[in-house]
Formats: sequence, structure tokens, C-alpha cells
Amino acid sequence: MQVNTKADLPLTRPVALNRSFSGKVKRWTNLLFQSKTGTAGLLIVISVVFIAIFADLIVPHPPAENNLTNMLKPPAWLEGGSWEFILGTDNLGRDILSRILIGTRVSLLVGVFSVVLAGVIGLIVGIIAGFYGGWIDSVLMRFVDSFLAIPSILFILVFLAVFEPSIMVLIIVIGLTNWVTYARVVRGEVLSIKEREYVKASRSIGSKNIKIMKQHILPNILSSFIVISALSVATTIILEASLSFLGLGIQPPDVSWGAMLTDGRNYLATNWWIATFPGIAIVITVLGIIFLGDWLRDVLDPKTQVNAKGGPK
Amino acid sequence: MKKYILKRLLQIIPVLIIITFVVFCLVYVAGDPVALMLPEDSSESDREALRQALGLNDPFIVQYFGFVMDLMQGNFGTSFRYNQEALPLVLERLPATLELAFASMVVATVISIPLGIYSAKKQNTFGDLFITGGSVLGKAMPNFWLGIILILFFAVNITIFPVSGRGSFMHIILPAITLGTGIAAEMTRLIRSNMLEILNQDYIRTAKSKGVSNSVLVYKHAFRNSLIPVVTIMGLQISHLVSGALITESVFAWPGIGQLLVQAVNGRDMAVVQAAVFVIAILVIVVNLITDLIYRLLDPRIHYS
Repeated sequence: MQVNTKADLPLTRPVALNRSFSGKVKRWTNLLFQSKTGTAGLLIVISVVFIAIFADLIVPHPPAENNLTNMLKPPAWLEGGSWEFILGTDNLGRDILSRILIGTRVSLLVGVFSVVLAGVIGLIVGIIAGFYGGWIDSVLMRFVDSFLAIPSILFILVFLAVFEPSIMVLIIVIGLTNWVTYARVVRGEVLSIKEREYVKASRSIGSKNIKIMKQHILPNILSSFIVISALSVATTIILEASLSFLGLGIQPPDVSWGAMLTDGRNYLATNWWIATFPGIAIVITVLGIIFLGDWLRDVLDPKTQVNAKGGPK
Repeated sequence: MKKYILKRLLQIIPVLIIITFVVFCLVYVAGDPVALMLPEDSSESDREALRQALGLNDPFIVQYFGFVMDLMQGNFGTSFRYNQEALPLVLERLPATLELAFASMVVATVISIPLGIYSAKKQNTFGDLFITGGSVLGKAMPNFWLGIILILFFAVNITIFPVSGRGSFMHIILPAITLGTGIAAEMTRLIRSNMLEILNQDYIRTAKSKGVSNSVLVYKHAFRNSLIPVVTIMGLQISHLVSGALITESVFAWPGIGQLLVQAVNGRDMAVVQAAVFVIAILVIVVNLITDLIYRLLDPRIHYS
């Protein structure tokens, strides 16, 4: 079977039913290795997760250790650099590589947990709106549409003007402002699924609403839900880095890639490496997640167009 | 048409209610401003008197209506940092932000339309892969990092452009490229997929079977029809434009609303935060309304419902 790389075109592929679990895994791994970007994405994501978990053990230097004798050392391959500080040091003599490695934690924590929070709220609201319809649906969707009409960054900034930012606050703030997107997508899916034969059949034999939602609706929206979630982890990581860069996100002593860039900006003219490497870390991580997300979309749900064009209906 | 415009205008009301409500709730839980307004040695009875005078002892809903009434009169309070009315302070910065937004949209359009069309026309060739790859990279690259790298190359290493500020034409180039390329990445992808969809339509197949040459096919039949969705695609970029402008203005010290808002959030200058948020929100709503109306004017197939 050929992998669909033209993700822009909807394509209908017969989906085999009643596949055994091991059969599914086999099919997925086949598909994964056919897609070069998918493989690359998976490898990047696995390494980033690994680094985030074991950061304490693999950092060559304590990331917060000031060392004024080793201030502003260039990367190892440049004149004056040493292999002790592979990517050089910053204005306080802290090892940049160690700080980048430890910084994966903040990025992943905020990226993953705010998406989980937004996803759970959006999933619940979307299922309720789509399943019950009627006035519940109108009220919820009017609310969601109104919320979507305004860039969420504005709400986030008002939040951050009121609350002292920390990892926890960022997760909550981003989660609470981003759930509306999920609610929209999930509701759309539910609307089409609830008209399917098996849902009608289940209802006709007297299943309760909760059972129908759990057994028939939820499993069928899960795949497109996972795909959007994967891709929004990527955008959230950029968002967190941007907020931290502006001084509105993660505060020292926590290490964030965005905040490292703020430090580096002042040394741009003389010490370019301080601002360059954390940026590269962001780009690689985000690319990895996008690649994996695109691959997931092709595999799980060839019919969904995740980035709906969103024009007037 | 009139009916449609009226309906769209009515839809703005819940948007405004939600944003005022969220902002008010946050300011409400933010706590007692009285402690900041009076000297530290003031007595409890003084504080209580001020609270009473400011209406802080009124029930939540009364306070909310007071807040909304103030907003409608453009009264956002005084910035304690600038010691000036907040709204004029924000409106003063508006031209700079609009200038940057316009320049970035020009950059984004000039890049994305030719690339998107080329990429769709030559689907799955090396050029297409290169462009699609580039747009993914553009999406993965944070605005502020791109800005810093551009400063490094074009303002520090080779001093062609000024590092920051606003003034001459040279000042706007780096910020506009920074903000424009991120938007171009998204627009290229959307234009490509939109063009691909059109190239698969029946009338294109008919034209092809008639023996119409490839370039006529693309430019006359397909491109003209893809122009209408491009209006929507441009309108959709508004939220990227807003969040991008916040960051780009801060990187390049561009004296717009974005920079003002970020500074106000950092300094907990609530009056300015509220005024800036409302001005931006209203801009966004107006832009969305305009793009929607243009779309409907251009496409005769859409009926106003």
C-alpha cells in the first residue's frame, strides 16, 4: 500500500475492519518506515522525550551554575572554544548545551499538559453539543464561535497580567484559552457519526446516551482528535517560547528556550551562539512533532483535513 | 445583503460580551486595587471609604455593568506608568502597528501566491517538495528567532538595515520580513491546496480535453477562480498577524500597540492592558467582517442567508 503524501487531497481508502492488534501494529510500522519524514519525526520526538526525562543525568554541567572564569566561551569548533563547553557558554559562564537539554522539560511540560487540558475540555463540550443538539448546541457553539473570533493570545496576555507566571499558570492559561478549537472539530465529527447506522442500531436496542457516547462516538472521533492534539503541541511549544522570550512566561531559575533567547539577544553583536542554539532546538523539536503529526494524520484518518479551510460555509 | 450585514453586526455582540466578561472577571479576582492607591499608613476606615467611593463594595453584576458602561465611553482608566489616559495612549500607537501589518501582508502575498501556484502546478516535483518543505520550516520557526537571526545577518554582520526603531523605509524591512514569512508559510500551503482542488474540478478537465494549453489552463481557468478563496485565506491570517506583531514589535522595538501591550503586561499596567486588548479585538472583528463581505461580493454563487 502506498502512503498518501498528498495530504491535501481527501482520499478514500478502504479501512479494513476487525484487524487484530498485532496486525495493526505491523501495518503501522510498515507505513511508518515508508514515510521518511514520519520516521524522522518519530526519532526526534523519542529523543526529545528521552532528553526531557533524563536531563538531570545527561547534562555535562549543572545548568544554573555560574562560572565567571568561563564567561562567553564560543562553541568548541571555534577559536577559543573547548570541548568542555560544546556549544559555548553565556554571559554568566553557564553551559549552553546543558541549558538547552534541561530546557526541553519546560517546553514539553507546557506543550503536552496544556494540550491535554484543552483537549479534555474541548472533547467534553464538543461531544455534548454535537450529541444533544438543540438549544444546548446553539448556546455552546455561539459561545465557542465568539471565543474563536478573538485571537487567544489576547486572553492569555490579560491572564498573565493578573497572575504571576509559572509553569503551572502557563499550562492552565493556554489550556483554558485553546479548548474552543477542539470543541468545534469534535462537534463536527460527532454530528456526522451520530447519524451512522451503528449508532441508530444501538439506540434502537435501548442503549443509554452515556453508553452510546462512550462506546460508539468516542472511539470514532479519537483519531482526528489525536492528530489535532499532536499538531497543537507543536504550536504550543512555540507559544510558550514566545511568551518566555517576551518575559511573560517561564521565570528564572527555571530554564526555558525562549528566555535563553532573550539573554542572547543582548550579546548578538559579539556572541552570536547564545541566541542561535536555543532557536535551533525549538525548530528541530517543532519540526519533529509536525512530521509525526502529519504522518499520524495520513495513517489514522486519511479523510480528515486537519487544517480546515474555514471559509464561509 | 443588508440583512446579512445586520446579522453579522448582531453576531459581534456576544463576542464583545465574552471579552468584557473575561477581562472583568480577571481584573475582579486580581484583587483589591485600593491597597496600591493609598499610602501604606492609611487607616482601614480610609480604605473602606475609598472602596465605597469606587463602587468596589457593589455586587459583582453591578460592578460588571459599571465596567461595561465605562468601556463604551472609552474610559479605560489611567496608565500609572505614563500617567495618562489609557485609550489615547493606545490609539497613538495604532498607525505604527497598521503600517507594519500592511507591509507584512504585502511581503506574505508576494511570496505565497507565486509559490503556492507553482507548487500546485508542479505537484510532487522537486520544486513542489522544496516549497512545501520550506513552508513547514517556516511554520516551525518562531517569529522572534527569525527576527534575531535577521538582525544578526543584516544589521550586525553586514550593516544594511537599522537594528530597531521606526522612521525611514529601511526600518520597516526586517520587521516586515520577520512577520511576513511566518504568514507566507501558512498562506503558501493553503493556496497550494486550494489550487490543487480547483485543478481537479470538472471544468478544468473539460478545458484540458479541449486542448487548452497548460499555461492558459492554469492562469485563466484555475488562478482566476482561486482568487476568491485567497481573500478568505488572507483574512484568516489576522490572528497570526496579531500574535506575530506582539513579538516582532518587541524584537525590533517597533513603537506599535504590540510593544505597548507587552510592556504593560510586564509592568501590570492594567488600564493599558485592557485598552490595548479591546482595540486589537475590535480591529480583528472589523477585519473579519470586511473579508467576509468581500468574499460574498466576489462570489456570485453565495447567497446571503
